[in-house]
Amino acid sequence: MTDKTGTMLYLNGVTVSFDGFRALNKLSIIVHPAEMLAIIGPNGAGKTTMMDIITGKTRPDDGEVFFDGRTDVTRLDEADIANLGIGRKFQRPTVFESQTVWENIELALKKPRGVFSTLAYRASKADTDRIEEILAIVRLSSRKSELAADLSHGQKQWLEVGMLLAQDPKLLLVDEPVAGMTDAETVETAKLLREIATTRSVVVVEHDMSFVRDLGSRVTCLAEGSVLAEGSLDQVSANPLVIERYLGR
Amino acid sequence: MITQMLFRALDRRAIWLVAILIAVAILVPAGNLLLPAGNPLHVPTYAVTLSGKYLTYAILALALDLVWGYCGILSLGHGAFFALGGYAMGMYLMRQIGARGVYANPVLPDFMVFLNYKELPWFWLGFDQWWFAAIMIVLVPGLLAFVFGWFAFRSRVTGVYLSIITQALTYALLLAFFRNDMGLGGNNGLTDFKDILGQPIQAATTRGGLFAATAITLALSVLVCTAIVNSKLGKVMIAVRDAESRTRFLGYRVENVKLFAFVVSAVMAGIAGALYVPQVGIINPGEFEPSNSIEVVIWTAVGGRGTIVGPIIGAILVNFGKTIFTGALPEYWLFALGGLFVVVTLFLPRGIVGTLHGWRARRKPIAPPEPAPAALEARPAE
Repeated sequence: MTDKTGTMLYLNGVTVSFDGFRALNKLSIIVHPAEMLAIIGPNGAGKTTMMDIITGKTRPDDGEVFFDGRTDVTRLDEADIANLGIGRKFQRPTVFESQTVWENIELALKKPRGVFSTLAYRASKADTDRIEEILAIVRLSSRKSELAADLSHGQKQWLEVGMLLAQDPKLLLVDEPVAGMTDAETVETAKLLREIATTRSVVVVEHDMSFVRDLGSRVTCLAEGSVLAEGSLDQVSANPLVIERYLGR
Repeated sequence: MITQMLFRALDRRAIWLVAILIAVAILVPAGNLLLPAGNPLHVPTYAVTLSGKYLTYAILALALDLVWGYCGILSLGHGAFFALGGYAMGMYLMRQIGARGVYANPVLPDFMVFLNYKELPWFWLGFDQWWFAAIMIVLVPGLLAFVFGWFAFRSRVTGVYLSIITQALTYALLLAFFRNDMGLGGNNGLTDFKDILGQPIQAATTRGGLFAATAITLALSVLVCTAIVNSKLGKVMIAVRDAESRTRFLGYRVENVKLFAFVVSAVMAGIAGALYVPQVGIINPGEFEPSNSIEVVIWTAVGGRGTIVGPIIGAILVNFGKTIFTGALPEYWLFALGGLFVVVTLFLPRGIVGTLHGWRARRKPIAPPEPAPAALEARPAE
């Protein structure tokens, strides 16, 4: 594969098996800085496993994973990887339900993460301004003092996107962001992600084809743990293999 | 930074609690020492000691609540830290006996003379000094919690597995402390104390002083716990409790957060044990019984975990009930305790205090909604 310098995310020949089942099979993917990549593919294609590997939840059996062209993330754990600047939104929205919307964003806000620095932390004016700003972007300003548990499914998705923004990552991994959203919210989410992708790298896993079209990004189709097709959405969806294995006729 | 944190610790509920505890620290000993025995408000000495014991249990329950209620670590071995603090205090008290023991040996405690010890074991050195014993009361439980937590949390042992190994920890210590070769009195433990800090331990004034010290320590523990819980670290602890792996993906070192809470909690438990021993007059390996640690969990659950007041109320109420019940129907106490735990788990899962909070929140009229969010089409300022 090509040189890894100048890439934001570089996966080369990544293989991982669970009890003999090959979840990823020599997967190679490159994402450049300030670029968006949409990943589609049937269930069990390895999309979520790929995210688990990039964020340190799962170790690959083989292959290399580099972040920012130089950091080998297969040697680091989740917290280290998160602090390098990789943010992740989960398939099932995972927010801190017993804490308020504001506290969720505050926890995610990019600040020293050590025990004693969090113990002594006091929110500065800049911090509260930033939290207000993020809440405005994700449309949750009016619900900031409510518990995250009381949000609707779609709002939890947005809260998690807000937490991603608060982390200020260089690379965002976004797993099925529009599940449970209304059409209007889906359109807004695509707009927001496109905007984020002007300054950061974004990898989106999604099943909703009209949403992927709205993203207008490069598309990679995964199947059985490796890349089936790459290119624009039109190119990929015209690919006979993709039609057979994923889209159906 | 310290003053800022103290300021944060003083939320309204904590101020009330600390004020009540300080009042209790003054009034109970005063009611014992200043009022004549015939006065209806006179507090008998046995009641001072008994309530002092309850307050040490309250400190222990609060310590457990910090790790269980706020950080999700269900420790079934907190009695071990309590007992270790108690043993450190017991060793100091043994060495204060001096030549007044049955065998009148100026250096060796009675049980060592009896077991033909020729000289004091090395780990007893220094315990004749109060400052040294005070350091050990904090250091021994703290160090054990640090080493244990370091390995357990780094290896990501969680949930019921962690509970089981904490249980094994206290059981292993129980077996070790039962041995006569351990040099800590074996089965009989340490007892027959005479003096503490130069004061006769049986005197009513000393009893009152110990009670006041316990109430003040509980007040300080409330301040420390409130300061931790109200800080951002407290929010991270709750995040760890509710969604551990999510917290990790935000970049927090979950194992360090847990380790911090566990060590602070163990130190609090150790101090509680050190205050317990002079008031009950004995420390023996029975304090390491796994069932003791489980009882602490019940007090905390009854009072309301994840609240500061809850475990204090739970520890006092359940132990008061135990005193009454074991006096009236001693055989049935364990059934009552088990039944209580079942009832609380089924009908009051948030404990007494948690349930009261829930009622109050429901009765409060819903605040008028803030201005409705802008229509979806209107993009906010970017």
